[in-house]
Amino acid sequence: MAATSDYLRKHMPEPSDLDVAYVAQLARLDLTAEETALFQTQLGQVLEHAAKLREVNVEGVEPAAHAFPVFDVLREDEPRPGLTQEEALRHAPRAANGLFIVTRVVE
Amino acid sequence: MTKSDLPGLTISELQKLLRGREVSPREVLEALHERIETLDPQIDAYLSRDLDAALAAADAADVSLPLGGIPIAVKDAISVERQPCTCASKILRGYRGMFDATAIARLKAAGAIPFGKTNMDEFAMGSSTENSSVKPTRNPWDRARIPGGSSGGSAAAVAAGEAIASLGSDTGGSIRQPAALCGVVGMKPTYGRVSRHGLVAFASSLDQIGPLARTVRDAALLLEVMAGVDPNDSTSLDAPVPAYSAALESNLRGVRLGLPKEYLIAGIDPEVRAAIDTALAHFSSLGAELVDISLPHTDYAIDTYYIIATAEASANLARFDGVRYGYRAENPLDLSDHYGRTRAEGFGAEVKRRIILGTYVLSSGYYDAYYLRAQKVRTLIRQDFARAFEKVDAIISPTTPEPAFLLGERSADPLRMYLADIFTNAANLAGICGISIPCGFAREETENPLPIGLQIMGRALDETRVFQLAHAFEQSTDWHRRRPL
Repeated sequence: MAATSDYLRKHMPEPSDLDVAYVAQLARLDLTAEETALFQTQLGQVLEHAAKLREVNVEGVEPAAHAFPVFDVLREDEPRPGLTQEEALRHAPRAANGLFIVTRVVE
Repeated sequence: MTKSDLPGLTISELQKLLRGREVSPREVLEALHERIETLDPQIDAYLSRDLDAALAAADAADVSLPLGGIPIAVKDAISVERQPCTCASKILRGYRGMFDATAIARLKAAGAIPFGKTNMDEFAMGSSTENSSVKPTRNPWDRARIPGGSSGGSAAAVAAGEAIASLGSDTGGSIRQPAALCGVVGMKPTYGRVSRHGLVAFASSLDQIGPLARTVRDAALLLEVMAGVDPNDSTSLDAPVPAYSAALESNLRGVRLGLPKEYLIAGIDPEVRAAIDTALAHFSSLGAELVDISLPHTDYAIDTYYIIATAEASANLARFDGVRYGYRAENPLDLSDHYGRTRAEGFGAEVKRRIILGTYVLSSGYYDAYYLRAQKVRTLIRQDFARAFEKVDAIISPTTPEPAFLLGERSADPLRMYLADIFTNAANLAGICGISIPCGFAREETENPLPIGLQIMGRALDETRVFQLAHAFEQSTDWHRRRPL
Protein backbone atom coordinates (compact mmCIF):
# COMPACT_ATOMS: atom_id res chain seq x y z
CA MET A 1 0.00 0.00 0.00
CA ALA A 2 2.85 2.39 0.89
CA ALA A 3 4.53 1.67 -2.45
CA THR A 4 1.28 2.41 -4.27
CA SER A 5 0.96 5.76 -2.49
CA ASP A 6 4.52 6.73 -3.46
CA TYR A 7 3.80 5.83 -7.07
CA LEU A 8 0.59 7.85 -7.08
CA ARG A 9 2.25 10.88 -5.53
CA LYS A 10 4.78 10.95 -8.36
CA HIS A 11 2.32 10.36 -11.18
CA MET A 12 -0.88 12.05 -10.08
CA PRO A 13 -1.60 15.61 -11.19
CA GLU A 14 -1.51 18.16 -8.39
CA PRO A 15 -4.44 20.47 -7.61
CA SER A 16 -2.03 23.33 -8.41
CA ASP A 17 -1.86 22.09 -12.04
CA LEU A 18 -5.24 23.69 -12.73
CA ASP A 19 -4.93 26.58 -15.19
CA VAL A 20 -8.36 28.21 -15.20
CA ALA A 21 -7.56 30.59 -18.07
CA TYR A 22 -6.58 27.69 -20.33
CA VAL A 23 -9.56 25.53 -19.36
CA ALA A 24 -11.89 28.48 -20.01
CA GLN A 25 -10.66 28.54 -23.61
CA LEU A 26 -11.41 24.83 -23.95
CA ALA A 27 -14.92 25.48 -22.61
CA ARG A 28 -15.51 28.48 -24.96
CA LEU A 29 -16.26 30.58 -21.91
CA ASP A 30 -14.75 34.08 -21.60
CA LEU A 31 -13.85 34.83 -17.99
CA THR A 32 -12.87 38.21 -16.56
CA ALA A 33 -9.53 38.53 -14.78
CA GLU A 34 -11.39 38.61 -11.45
CA GLU A 35 -13.39 35.45 -12.24
CA THR A 36 -10.24 33.66 -13.37
CA ALA A 37 -8.42 34.51 -10.13
CA LEU A 38 -11.43 33.67 -7.96
CA PHE A 39 -12.10 30.30 -9.65
CA GLN A 40 -8.39 29.48 -9.49
CA THR A 41 -8.55 29.78 -5.69
CA GLN A 42 -12.00 28.21 -5.18
CA LEU A 43 -11.55 25.28 -7.55
CA GLY A 44 -8.05 24.76 -6.19
CA GLN A 45 -9.71 24.16 -2.81
CA VAL A 46 -12.25 21.78 -4.36
CA LEU A 47 -9.42 19.83 -6.03
CA GLU A 48 -7.43 19.77 -2.76
CA HIS A 49 -10.49 18.17 -1.16
CA ALA A 50 -10.84 15.76 -4.08
CA ALA A 51 -7.19 14.71 -3.75
CA LYS A 52 -8.57 12.39 -1.06
CA LEU A 53 -9.72 10.06 -3.86
CA ARG A 54 -6.06 9.08 -4.35
CA GLU A 55 -6.26 7.10 -1.11
CA VAL A 56 -8.77 4.69 -2.61
CA ASN A 57 -7.43 1.45 -4.01
CA VAL A 58 -9.18 1.20 -7.36
CA GLU A 59 -6.96 -1.49 -8.82
CA GLY A 60 -9.08 -3.88 -10.88
CA VAL A 61 -12.27 -1.87 -10.28
CA GLU A 62 -14.47 -1.30 -13.33
CA PRO A 63 -15.57 2.32 -13.86
CA ALA A 64 -19.33 2.99 -13.56
CA ALA A 65 -20.62 5.36 -16.23
CA HIS A 66 -24.22 4.78 -15.15
CA ALA A 67 -26.07 3.65 -12.06
CA PHE A 68 -27.31 0.53 -13.85
CA PRO A 69 -25.81 -0.91 -16.99
CA VAL A 70 -28.51 -0.70 -19.65
CA PHE A 71 -27.35 -1.59 -23.15
CA ASP A 72 -28.62 -1.25 -26.69
CA VAL A 73 -32.00 0.24 -25.96
CA LEU A 74 -33.53 1.05 -29.33
CA ARG A 75 -37.01 2.12 -30.25
CA GLU A 76 -38.77 1.42 -33.51
CA ASP A 77 -37.58 3.77 -36.24
CA GLU A 78 -41.01 5.04 -37.21
CA PRO A 79 -41.88 8.48 -38.53
CA ARG A 80 -43.74 10.62 -36.01
CA PRO A 81 -44.71 14.26 -35.75
CA GLY A 82 -41.89 16.68 -34.97
CA LEU A 83 -41.43 20.44 -34.86
CA THR A 84 -42.44 22.47 -37.88
CA GLN A 85 -39.81 24.76 -39.40
CA GLU A 86 -41.54 27.73 -37.81
CA GLU A 87 -41.57 26.06 -34.39
CA ALA A 88 -37.92 25.06 -34.65
CA LEU A 89 -36.98 28.67 -35.37
CA ARG A 90 -39.26 30.16 -32.72
CA HIS A 91 -36.51 30.74 -30.16
CA ALA A 92 -33.66 31.50 -32.56
CA PRO A 93 -31.72 34.65 -31.58
CA ARG A 94 -31.53 35.42 -35.32
CA ALA A 95 -33.39 33.76 -38.18
CA ALA A 96 -34.25 34.65 -41.76
CA ASN A 97 -35.76 32.85 -44.76
CA GLY A 98 -36.46 29.78 -42.66
CA LEU A 99 -32.83 29.52 -41.54
CA PHE A 100 -30.78 30.09 -38.38
CA ILE A 101 -28.46 33.03 -38.91
CA VAL A 102 -25.06 32.29 -37.38
CA THR A 103 -22.00 34.42 -36.85
CA ARG A 104 -19.71 34.48 -39.88
CA VAL A 105 -17.27 31.56 -39.88
CA VAL A 106 -15.18 32.42 -42.97
CA GLU A 107 -13.18 35.56 -43.71
CA MET B 1 -63.64 25.13 6.14
CA THR B 2 -63.43 28.25 4.01
CA LYS B 3 -62.05 28.74 0.53
CA SER B 4 -58.83 30.17 1.96
CA ASP B 5 -58.10 26.78 3.61
CA LEU B 6 -57.98 24.95 0.26
CA PRO B 7 -54.29 25.65 -0.58
CA GLY B 8 -53.23 24.05 2.72
CA LEU B 9 -54.92 20.71 2.03
CA THR B 10 -53.32 17.51 0.81
CA ILE B 11 -54.06 15.89 -2.55
CA SER B 12 -56.05 13.17 -0.77
CA GLU B 13 -58.18 15.75 1.09
CA LEU B 14 -58.79 17.77 -2.08
CA GLN B 15 -59.76 14.64 -4.03
CA LYS B 16 -62.58 13.98 -1.56
CA LEU B 17 -63.90 17.54 -1.81
CA LEU B 18 -63.60 17.60 -5.60
CA ARG B 19 -65.24 14.22 -6.12
CA GLY B 20 -68.00 15.10 -3.67
CA ARG B 21 -68.58 18.30 -5.70
CA GLU B 22 -68.05 20.33 -2.53
CA VAL B 23 -65.54 22.47 -4.38
CA SER B 24 -64.70 22.85 -8.06
CA PRO B 25 -61.22 22.67 -9.60
CA ARG B 26 -61.64 26.37 -10.49
CA GLU B 27 -62.26 27.27 -6.84
CA VAL B 28 -59.14 25.38 -5.78
CA LEU B 29 -57.04 27.21 -8.37
CA GLU B 30 -58.48 30.60 -7.50
CA ALA B 31 -57.80 30.05 -3.80
CA LEU B 32 -54.27 28.95 -4.60
CA HIS B 33 -53.74 31.95 -6.85
CA GLU B 34 -54.92 34.29 -4.11
CA ARG B 35 -52.60 32.68 -1.57
CA ILE B 36 -49.64 33.03 -3.96
CA GLU B 37 -50.48 36.67 -4.71
CA THR B 38 -50.49 37.43 -0.97
CA LEU B 39 -47.50 35.39 0.14
CA ASP B 40 -45.12 34.98 -2.74
CA PRO B 41 -43.74 38.54 -2.61
CA GLN B 42 -42.18 37.42 0.70
CA ILE B 43 -41.17 33.89 -0.35
CA ASP B 44 -40.34 34.18 -4.08
CA ALA B 45 -41.03 30.51 -4.78
CA TYR B 46 -42.43 31.07 -8.30
CA LEU B 47 -40.83 32.28 -11.51
CA SER B 48 -43.97 32.20 -13.67
CA ARG B 49 -47.63 31.25 -13.61
CA ASP B 50 -50.31 31.06 -16.26
CA LEU B 51 -53.63 31.43 -14.45
CA ASP B 52 -55.78 31.64 -17.59
CA ALA B 53 -54.47 28.41 -19.08
CA ALA B 54 -54.81 26.70 -15.69
CA LEU B 55 -58.39 27.90 -15.25
CA ALA B 56 -59.28 26.61 -18.70
CA ALA B 57 -57.80 23.23 -17.74
CA ALA B 58 -59.65 23.36 -14.41
CA ASP B 59 -62.99 23.97 -16.11
CA ALA B 60 -62.38 20.97 -18.36
CA ALA B 61 -61.01 18.75 -15.57
CA ASP B 62 -62.45 15.29 -14.98
CA VAL B 63 -62.34 14.88 -11.20
CA SER B 64 -62.87 11.14 -11.45
CA LEU B 65 -59.33 10.76 -12.84
CA PRO B 66 -56.55 9.80 -10.37
CA LEU B 67 -55.36 13.43 -10.04
CA GLY B 68 -58.36 15.15 -11.61
CA GLY B 69 -58.31 18.90 -10.97
CA ILE B 70 -55.21 18.86 -8.72
CA PRO B 71 -52.82 21.78 -9.43
CA ILE B 72 -49.10 20.91 -9.40
CA ALA B 73 -46.17 23.36 -9.29
CA VAL B 74 -43.26 22.43 -11.53
CA LYS B 75 -39.54 23.13 -11.22
CA ASP B 76 -38.42 25.42 -14.02
CA ALA B 77 -36.07 22.70 -15.36
CA ILE B 78 -39.01 20.56 -16.53
CA SER B 79 -40.65 21.33 -19.86
CA VAL B 80 -44.36 22.13 -19.92
CA GLU B 81 -45.72 22.98 -23.36
CA ARG B 82 -46.10 26.75 -23.90
CA GLN B 83 -44.96 27.61 -20.36
CA PRO B 84 -41.62 29.33 -19.70
CA CYS B 85 -38.72 26.93 -19.10
CA THR B 86 -35.62 28.89 -18.14
CA CYS B 87 -33.82 26.85 -15.46
CA ALA B 88 -33.63 30.25 -13.71
CA SER B 89 -30.85 31.14 -16.15
CA LYS B 90 -30.35 34.30 -18.17
CA ILE B 91 -29.23 32.15 -21.11
CA LEU B 92 -32.77 30.70 -21.39
CA ARG B 93 -34.73 33.88 -20.63
CA GLY B 94 -37.81 33.96 -22.85
CA TYR B 95 -37.65 30.27 -23.72
CA ARG B 96 -40.92 28.33 -23.57
CA GLY B 97 -41.43 24.58 -23.54
CA MET B 98 -42.00 23.13 -27.03
CA PHE B 99 -43.53 19.93 -25.62
CA ASP B 100 -44.58 18.29 -22.36
CA ALA B 101 -41.95 16.30 -20.49
CA THR B 102 -43.08 12.67 -20.20
CA ALA B 103 -43.70 13.15 -16.46
CA ILE B 104 -45.88 16.19 -17.24
CA ALA B 105 -47.77 14.42 -20.05
CA ARG B 106 -48.58 11.57 -17.64
CA LEU B 107 -49.70 13.95 -14.89
CA LYS B 108 -51.93 15.80 -17.37
CA ALA B 109 -53.39 12.51 -18.61
CA ALA B 110 -54.21 11.72 -14.96
CA GLY B 111 -56.08 15.02 -14.69
CA ALA B 112 -53.45 17.14 -12.89
CA ILE B 113 -52.98 20.79 -13.81
CA PRO B 114 -49.35 21.96 -14.04
CA PHE B 115 -49.69 25.40 -12.53
CA GLY B 116 -46.63 27.61 -12.43
CA LYS B 117 -42.88 27.14 -12.65
CA THR B 118 -40.80 27.31 -9.50
CA ASN B 119 -37.49 28.95 -8.72
CA MET B 120 -34.27 26.95 -8.56
CA ASP B 121 -30.52 27.25 -8.56
CA GLU B 122 -29.49 28.00 -12.14
CA PHE B 123 -29.46 24.71 -14.09
CA ALA B 124 -30.03 22.93 -10.74
CA MET B 125 -26.48 23.76 -9.63
CA GLY B 126 -26.61 24.67 -5.99
CA SER B 127 -27.94 23.79 -2.55
CA SER B 128 -29.64 27.03 -1.56
CA THR B 129 -31.56 28.48 -4.57
CA GLU B 130 -29.33 31.55 -4.22
CA ASN B 131 -27.82 30.73 -7.63
CA SER B 132 -31.07 31.65 -9.42
CA SER B 133 -30.36 34.43 -11.93
CA VAL B 134 -33.76 35.91 -11.07
CA LYS B 135 -34.02 36.03 -7.26
CA PRO B 136 -33.31 33.95 -4.17
CA THR B 137 -36.23 32.00 -2.62
CA ARG B 138 -36.76 32.34 1.13
CA ASN B 139 -37.45 29.62 3.65
CA PRO B 140 -41.08 29.94 4.84
CA TRP B 141 -39.99 28.96 8.39
CA ASP B 142 -37.49 31.83 8.59
CA ARG B 143 -37.26 34.25 5.72
CA ALA B 144 -33.66 35.15 6.58
CA ARG B 145 -32.72 31.58 5.66
CA ILE B 146 -32.36 29.58 2.48
CA PRO B 147 -34.98 26.97 1.51
CA GLY B 148 -32.29 24.55 0.32
CA GLY B 149 -31.78 23.70 -3.31
CA SER B 150 -31.73 23.25 -6.07
CA SER B 151 -35.52 22.60 -6.02
CA GLY B 152 -35.91 25.36 -3.40
CA GLY B 153 -38.92 27.01 -5.04
CA SER B 154 -40.79 23.70 -5.23
CA ALA B 155 -40.10 22.92 -1.54
CA ALA B 156 -40.88 26.44 -0.28
CA ALA B 157 -44.13 26.57 -2.29
CA VAL B 158 -45.43 23.36 -0.69
CA ALA B 159 -44.30 24.42 2.80
CA ALA B 160 -45.89 27.87 2.48
CA GLY B 161 -49.22 26.56 1.19
CA GLU B 162 -48.48 28.12 -2.20
CA ALA B 163 -48.73 24.70 -3.86
CA ILE B 164 -50.58 21.49 -3.06
CA ALA B 165 -47.61 19.48 -4.31
CA SER B 166 -44.76 20.06 -6.73
CA LEU B 167 -42.15 18.46 -8.92
CA GLY B 168 -38.41 18.76 -8.45
CA SER B 169 -35.33 17.11 -9.86
CA ASP B 170 -32.59 15.48 -7.82
CA THR B 171 -29.02 15.08 -9.08
CA GLY B 172 -27.23 15.01 -5.71
CA GLY B 173 -30.00 15.79 -3.23
CA SER B 174 -31.92 18.60 -4.94
CA ILE B 175 -35.33 17.20 -3.96
CA ARG B 176 -34.50 15.68 -0.55
CA GLN B 177 -32.32 18.50 0.82
CA PRO B 178 -34.83 21.36 0.24
CA ALA B 179 -37.69 19.08 1.38
CA ALA B 180 -35.78 18.55 4.65
CA LEU B 181 -35.00 22.22 5.16
CA CYS B 182 -38.60 23.29 4.40
CA GLY B 183 -40.28 20.49 6.42
CA VAL B 184 -42.02 18.67 3.56
CA VAL B 185 -41.83 15.22 1.95
CA GLY B 186 -39.44 14.83 -1.00
CA MET B 187 -38.86 11.61 -2.94
CA LYS B 188 -35.95 10.86 -5.27
CA PRO B 189 -36.95 7.75 -7.19
CA THR B 190 -34.56 5.06 -8.40
CA TYR B 191 -32.50 6.22 -11.39
CA GLY B 192 -34.59 5.40 -14.47
CA ARG B 193 -37.89 5.08 -12.58
CA VAL B 194 -39.21 8.35 -14.06
CA SER B 195 -38.38 9.34 -17.63
CA ARG B 196 -35.95 12.25 -17.97
CA HIS B 197 -37.42 13.23 -21.34
CA GLY B 198 -38.18 16.94 -21.03
CA LEU B 199 -35.96 17.51 -18.00
CA VAL B 200 -33.18 19.94 -18.93
CA ALA B 201 -30.04 17.83 -18.46
CA PHE B 202 -27.54 18.66 -15.73
CA ALA B 203 -25.77 15.32 -15.07
CA SER B 204 -27.48 12.67 -17.15
CA SER B 205 -26.30 9.62 -15.19
CA LEU B 206 -27.59 11.10 -11.90
CA ASP B 207 -30.68 13.24 -12.68
CA GLN B 208 -34.17 12.07 -11.61
CA ILE B 209 -37.54 13.83 -11.48
CA GLY B 210 -39.53 13.31 -8.28
CA PRO B 211 -42.39 14.70 -6.18
CA LEU B 212 -42.48 17.09 -3.20
CA ALA B 213 -45.64 17.00 -1.10
CA ARG B 214 -47.15 17.45 2.36
CA THR B 215 -47.63 13.75 3.01
CA VAL B 216 -46.05 10.48 1.98
CA ARG B 217 -49.38 9.43 0.45
CA ASP B 218 -49.40 12.48 -1.82
CA ALA B 219 -45.83 11.78 -2.96
CA ALA B 220 -46.84 8.16 -3.71
CA LEU B 221 -49.89 9.33 -5.69
CA LEU B 222 -47.69 11.52 -7.90
CA LEU B 223 -44.91 8.98 -8.40
CA GLU B 224 -47.23 6.13 -9.43
CA VAL B 225 -48.58 8.37 -12.20
CA MET B 226 -45.18 9.62 -13.44
CA ALA B 227 -43.14 6.41 -13.23
CA GLY B 228 -42.59 3.86 -15.97
CA VAL B 229 -40.61 3.10 -19.07
CA ASP B 230 -40.56 5.68 -21.88
CA PRO B 231 -39.31 5.15 -25.45
CA ASN B 232 -38.00 8.73 -25.33
CA ASP B 233 -35.54 7.94 -22.51
CA SER B 234 -33.34 4.92 -23.13
CA THR B 235 -32.27 4.90 -19.46
CA SER B 236 -35.86 4.61 -18.18
CA LEU B 237 -36.39 1.23 -16.53
CA ASP B 238 -38.78 -1.29 -18.03
CA ALA B 239 -40.17 -2.51 -14.71
CA PRO B 240 -43.80 -2.66 -13.57
CA VAL B 241 -45.01 0.35 -11.58
CA PRO B 242 -46.62 -0.69 -8.30
CA ALA B 243 -49.66 1.20 -6.98
CA TYR B 244 -47.57 2.79 -4.23
CA SER B 245 -50.46 4.66 -2.61
CA ALA B 246 -52.47 1.43 -2.21
CA ALA B 247 -49.56 -0.34 -0.48
CA LEU B 248 -48.71 2.22 2.21
CA GLU B 249 -50.02 0.33 5.22
CA SER B 250 -47.56 -2.25 6.47
CA ASN B 251 -46.35 -3.94 9.61
CA LEU B 252 -42.80 -2.91 10.46
CA ARG B 253 -42.20 -5.94 12.68
CA GLY B 254 -38.98 -7.57 11.61
CA VAL B 255 -38.09 -4.89 9.04
CA ARG B 256 -34.34 -4.31 9.30
CA LEU B 257 -33.15 -0.69 9.29
CA GLY B 258 -29.49 0.19 8.91
CA LEU B 259 -27.74 3.17 10.40
CA PRO B 260 -24.42 3.69 8.62
CA LYS B 261 -21.78 4.48 11.22
CA GLU B 262 -19.96 6.73 8.72
CA TYR B 263 -22.92 9.13 8.69
CA LEU B 264 -22.48 10.07 12.34
CA ILE B 265 -19.70 12.46 11.53
CA ALA B 266 -18.30 15.26 13.62
CA GLY B 267 -19.89 18.52 12.55
CA ILE B 268 -23.43 17.16 12.47
CA ASP B 269 -25.70 19.57 14.31
CA PRO B 270 -26.53 18.25 17.82
CA GLU B 271 -30.27 18.90 17.37
CA VAL B 272 -30.23 17.03 14.05
CA ARG B 273 -28.39 14.14 15.71
CA ALA B 274 -30.89 14.07 18.58
CA ALA B 275 -33.86 14.08 16.16
CA ILE B 276 -32.41 11.14 14.22
CA ASP B 277 -31.78 9.19 17.44
CA THR B 278 -35.39 9.81 18.49
CA ALA B 279 -36.61 8.73 15.05
CA LEU B 280 -34.62 5.50 15.26
CA ALA B 281 -36.06 4.75 18.70
CA HIS B 282 -39.50 5.43 17.24
CA PHE B 283 -38.94 2.97 14.40
CA SER B 284 -37.78 0.47 16.98
CA SER B 285 -41.00 0.99 18.96
CA LEU B 286 -42.95 0.31 15.75
CA GLY B 287 -41.28 -3.09 15.56
CA ALA B 288 -38.35 -2.45 13.23
CA GLU B 289 -35.00 -3.99 13.97
CA LEU B 290 -32.04 -1.57 14.05
CA VAL B 291 -28.82 -2.88 12.58
CA ASP B 292 -25.42 -1.15 12.56
CA ILE B 293 -24.01 -1.10 9.06
CA SER B 294 -21.00 0.33 7.31
CA LEU B 295 -20.75 2.15 4.00
CA PRO B 296 -16.94 2.30 3.93
CA HIS B 297 -16.59 4.70 0.98
CA THR B 298 -18.98 7.34 2.35
CA ASP B 299 -16.14 9.77 2.87
CA TYR B 300 -15.37 9.75 -0.86
CA ALA B 301 -18.90 10.30 -2.15
CA ILE B 302 -18.87 14.09 -2.21
CA ASP B 303 -15.63 14.36 -4.25
CA THR B 304 -16.73 11.55 -6.56
CA TYR B 305 -20.04 13.29 -7.05
CA TYR B 306 -18.62 16.73 -7.86
CA ILE B 307 -16.18 15.29 -10.40
CA ILE B 308 -18.79 13.17 -12.21
CA ALA B 309 -21.60 15.74 -12.02
CA THR B 310 -19.49 18.64 -13.29
CA ALA B 311 -17.95 16.50 -16.05
CA GLU B 312 -21.40 15.56 -17.34
CA ALA B 313 -22.63 19.14 -16.91
CA SER B 314 -19.76 20.59 -18.94
CA ALA B 315 -20.78 18.33 -21.83
CA ASN B 316 -24.53 18.91 -21.43
CA LEU B 317 -24.18 22.69 -21.24
CA ALA B 318 -22.13 22.81 -24.47
CA ARG B 319 -25.49 23.05 -26.27
CA PHE B 320 -25.96 26.62 -25.05
CA ASP B 321 -24.16 28.27 -27.94
CA GLY B 322 -26.49 31.14 -28.85
CA VAL B 323 -27.39 29.68 -32.25
CA ARG B 324 -30.71 27.82 -32.14
CA TYR B 325 -32.25 29.24 -28.96
CA GLY B 326 -31.35 31.21 -25.90
CA TYR B 327 -29.30 34.30 -25.29
CA ARG B 328 -26.75 35.52 -27.86
CA ALA B 329 -24.09 38.21 -27.20
CA GLU B 330 -24.43 41.39 -29.27
CA ASN B 331 -22.16 42.12 -32.25
CA PRO B 332 -19.73 39.21 -32.07
CA LEU B 333 -16.41 39.77 -33.87
CA ASP B 334 -16.12 36.16 -34.94
CA LEU B 335 -17.41 32.73 -33.94
CA SER B 336 -14.98 32.33 -31.05
CA ASP B 337 -16.07 35.71 -29.64
CA HIS B 338 -19.72 34.69 -30.25
CA TYR B 339 -19.37 31.52 -28.15
CA GLY B 340 -17.10 32.98 -25.49
CA ARG B 341 -19.19 36.07 -24.78
CA THR B 342 -22.60 34.41 -25.21
CA ARG B 343 -21.69 31.91 -22.52
CA ALA B 344 -19.89 34.48 -20.34
CA GLU B 345 -22.90 36.81 -20.39
CA GLY B 346 -25.56 34.08 -20.25
CA PHE B 347 -24.30 31.85 -17.41
CA GLY B 348 -24.02 32.77 -13.73
CA ALA B 349 -20.96 32.28 -11.53
CA GLU B 350 -21.74 28.81 -10.16
CA VAL B 351 -22.54 27.41 -13.60
CA LYS B 352 -19.27 28.83 -14.95
CA ARG B 353 -17.37 27.38 -12.00
CA ARG B 354 -18.80 23.93 -12.66
CA ILE B 355 -18.21 24.11 -16.42
CA ILE B 356 -14.55 24.90 -15.70
CA LEU B 357 -14.19 22.05 -13.19
CA GLY B 358 -16.00 19.60 -15.45
CA THR B 359 -13.99 20.57 -18.52
CA TYR B 360 -10.79 20.24 -16.50
CA VAL B 361 -11.48 16.74 -15.12
CA LEU B 362 -12.26 15.55 -18.66
CA SER B 363 -9.28 17.26 -20.30
CA SER B 364 -6.25 15.48 -21.71
CA GLY B 365 -3.78 14.57 -18.98
CA TYR B 366 -6.38 14.79 -16.19
CA TYR B 367 -9.14 12.44 -17.35
CA ASP B 368 -7.61 9.31 -15.80
CA ALA B 369 -6.64 10.98 -12.54
CA TYR B 370 -10.00 12.60 -11.91
CA TYR B 371 -12.93 11.44 -14.06
CA LEU B 372 -11.96 7.80 -14.60
CA ARG B 373 -10.87 7.43 -10.96
CA ALA B 374 -14.17 8.96 -9.79
CA GLN B 375 -16.09 6.47 -11.96
CA LYS B 376 -14.20 3.62 -10.30
CA VAL B 377 -14.91 4.97 -6.83
CA ARG B 378 -18.54 5.20 -7.93
CA THR B 379 -18.46 1.43 -8.48
CA LEU B 380 -17.13 0.96 -4.94
CA ILE B 381 -19.89 3.20 -3.54
CA ARG B 382 -22.51 1.15 -5.41
CA GLN B 383 -20.97 -2.03 -3.98
CA ASP B 384 -21.11 -0.55 -0.45
CA PHE B 385 -24.87 -0.17 -0.82
CA ALA B 386 -25.31 -3.59 -2.40
CA ARG B 387 -23.55 -5.19 0.59
CA ALA B 388 -25.51 -3.11 3.10
CA PHE B 389 -28.80 -4.11 1.48
CA GLU B 390 -27.91 -7.77 2.04
CA LYS B 391 -28.18 -7.03 5.78
CA VAL B 392 -30.96 -4.44 5.90
CA ASP B 393 -34.17 -3.47 4.10
CA ALA B 394 -33.60 0.29 4.24
CA ILE B 395 -30.98 2.75 5.39
CA ILE B 396 -31.74 5.65 7.75
CA SER B 397 -29.75 8.87 8.02
CA PRO B 398 -30.21 12.59 8.49
CA THR B 399 -31.04 14.24 5.14
CA THR B 400 -28.71 17.16 5.90
CA PRO B 401 -26.03 17.70 8.55
CA GLU B 402 -27.63 20.98 9.67
CA PRO B 403 -30.93 22.87 9.47
CA ALA B 404 -31.32 25.73 6.96
CA PHE B 405 -28.48 28.23 6.94
CA LEU B 406 -28.70 32.01 6.48
CA LEU B 407 -28.97 33.60 3.04
CA GLY B 408 -25.51 34.69 1.92
CA GLU B 409 -23.76 32.63 4.59
CA ARG B 410 -22.05 30.28 2.15
CA SER B 411 -22.27 31.91 -1.25
CA ALA B 412 -18.60 32.93 -1.15
CA ASP B 413 -17.43 29.44 -0.18
CA PRO B 414 -18.38 26.85 -2.83
CA LEU B 415 -16.63 23.98 -1.06
CA ARG B 416 -18.66 24.53 2.10
CA MET B 417 -21.82 24.81 0.00
CA TYR B 418 -20.99 21.48 -1.68
CA LEU B 419 -20.78 19.78 1.73
CA ALA B 420 -24.52 20.49 2.26
CA ASP B 421 -25.17 17.43 0.03
CA ILE B 422 -22.95 15.10 2.02
CA PHE B 423 -25.74 12.66 3.03
CA THR B 424 -27.73 12.75 -0.18
CA ASN B 425 -25.41 12.40 -3.15
CA ALA B 426 -24.37 8.79 -2.54
CA ALA B 427 -27.92 7.67 -3.41
CA ASN B 428 -27.59 9.32 -6.82
CA LEU B 429 -24.19 7.73 -7.43
CA ALA B 430 -25.63 4.31 -6.51
CA GLY B 431 -28.88 4.95 -8.42
CA ILE B 432 -31.05 3.90 -5.47
CA CYS B 433 -34.19 5.63 -4.18
CA GLY B 434 -34.47 7.89 -1.13
CA ILE B 435 -37.04 10.01 0.62
CA SER B 436 -36.83 12.87 3.11
CA ILE B 437 -39.63 13.30 5.64
CA PRO B 438 -40.05 15.74 8.56
CA CYS B 439 -38.73 14.27 11.82
CA GLY B 440 -38.38 17.21 14.21
CA PHE B 441 -37.36 20.81 14.68
CA ALA B 442 -34.23 22.66 15.71
CA ARG B 443 -34.33 25.98 17.61
CA GLU B 444 -37.69 25.17 19.18
CA GLU B 445 -37.01 27.84 21.83
CA THR B 446 -36.85 30.60 19.19
CA GLU B 447 -39.55 32.31 17.14
CA ASN B 448 -38.40 30.47 14.04
CA PRO B 449 -38.03 26.73 14.64
CA LEU B 450 -36.34 25.01 11.70
CA PRO B 451 -37.44 21.64 10.29
CA ILE B 452 -35.16 18.59 10.36
CA GLY B 453 -35.38 15.89 7.70
CA LEU B 454 -35.02 12.13 8.02
CA GLN B 455 -33.71 10.29 4.99
CA ILE B 456 -34.80 6.73 4.21
CA MET B 457 -32.90 5.08 1.37
CA GLY B 458 -34.07 1.87 -0.26
CA ARG B 459 -32.89 -0.67 -2.80
CA ALA B 460 -33.21 0.12 -6.49
CA LEU B 461 -36.91 -0.07 -7.45
CA ASP B 462 -37.94 -0.63 -3.82
CA GLU B 463 -39.91 2.62 -3.55
CA THR B 464 -42.78 0.63 -2.05
CA ARG B 465 -40.75 -0.22 1.05
CA VAL B 466 -39.42 3.32 1.41
CA PHE B 467 -42.94 4.75 1.17
CA GLN B 468 -44.22 2.21 3.72
CA LEU B 469 -41.54 3.11 6.26
CA ALA B 470 -42.02 6.83 5.70
CA HIS B 471 -45.80 6.50 5.96
CA ALA B 472 -45.59 4.47 9.19
CA PHE B 473 -43.32 7.11 10.74
CA GLU B 474 -45.50 9.98 9.52
CA GLN B 475 -48.78 8.46 10.67
CA SER B 476 -47.42 7.97 14.19
CA THR B 477 -45.84 11.44 14.52
CA ASP B 478 -47.10 15.01 14.15
CA TRP B 479 -44.14 16.76 12.53
CA HIS B 480 -45.77 16.94 9.10
CA ARG B 481 -48.82 18.73 10.49
CA ARG B 482 -46.90 21.83 11.56
CA ARG B 483 -47.04 24.72 9.11
CA PRO B 484 -44.87 27.83 9.03
CA LEU B 485 -47.48 30.39 7.86
